[in-house]
Amino acid sequence: MALIYFQSTEEDHKVAKLTAFAIGLHMVESAFPSPLPGVKPGIANIITLYVLKRYGIGTATWVSILRVFASSLLLGQFLTPTFLLSLSGATLSLLALALADRLPHRYFSVVSISILAAFAHIAGQLMVVRLLLIPHASVAVLIPVFALAALFFGLINGLITAKLLR
Amino acid sequence: MLARFNNFPKLLKGDWCIVLVSLGLVVVSFLTLWSHQPAATLRVRVGSTVLGEYSLMQTKLLTVSGSAGKATIEIQQGKVRFKHSPCHNQYCVHQGWLTHAHQAAICIPNQISIELMGASPAFDTLNY
Repeated sequence: MALIYFQSTEEDHKVAKLTAFAIGLHMVESAFPSPLPGVKPGIANIITLYVLKRYGIGTATWVSILRVFASSLLLGQFLTPTFLLSLSGATLSLLALALADRLPHRYFSVVSISILAAFAHIAGQLMVVRLLLIPHASVAVLIPVFALAALFFGLINGLITAKLLR
Repeated sequence: MLARFNNFPKLLKGDWCIVLVSLGLVVVSFLTLWSHQPAATLRVRVGSTVLGEYSLMQTKLLTVSGSAGKATIEIQQGKVRFKHSPCHNQYCVHQGWLTHAHQAAICIPNQISIELMGASPAFDTLNY
């Protein structure tokens, strides 16, 4: 019987543990009904933010992307529109995280980063909606609602992350 | 108990700026994307042909011949209605004044429709 050994590093274990936390939060959130299709608190992003601040953008990217893939597999949404929305949102908010983390830390805490990433998240999602799912200019009607949700949940998630980082 | 509140994470100056600016943007997006356009013109159709487009900034009575007879459409400074119609159920007349862009009144028995036009076209239905 042949055994295959994977060489796993301390770094891998750290990423796996943090991703497991994020997947857990994603599962908890998916169990709650959403008041409006697409409007979700995105509590798994608390982990992404925490990882960004503690370990940097590299680890945060791993945790965020792995979480998107694993959660969609667990929820049976892999390669569905929901997965596409999740992935595009995560990609754009990671870009925003990388940029926002360069803001002077004296004036901008993790709350700012959280709000900017939340806006980037809906921007990524609405782009996919506009280009692939509803190729129509009327999608613009959704922007105000999603922007308000992004501000609200971005603020809350940012505050929770700030509390965790103490 | 109070110590718990003092322990609450504090927003920095930049955070407040981000919160206020994004709140402003959200308000602006609601105002611009959810506004009801005022109507500018009226389009009258008989059957599938467009009879004409009329400015709403006037007071005028139009008499239009439909398949059931002559209907009277009244334009009065920014609003429009079916004033008289030969149809039996009078739904079009009871609909009253139309004031906003993309509103429409349709008289099916008489095959006449009136539709208010805005700066951009509207959508019949949205599915997602």
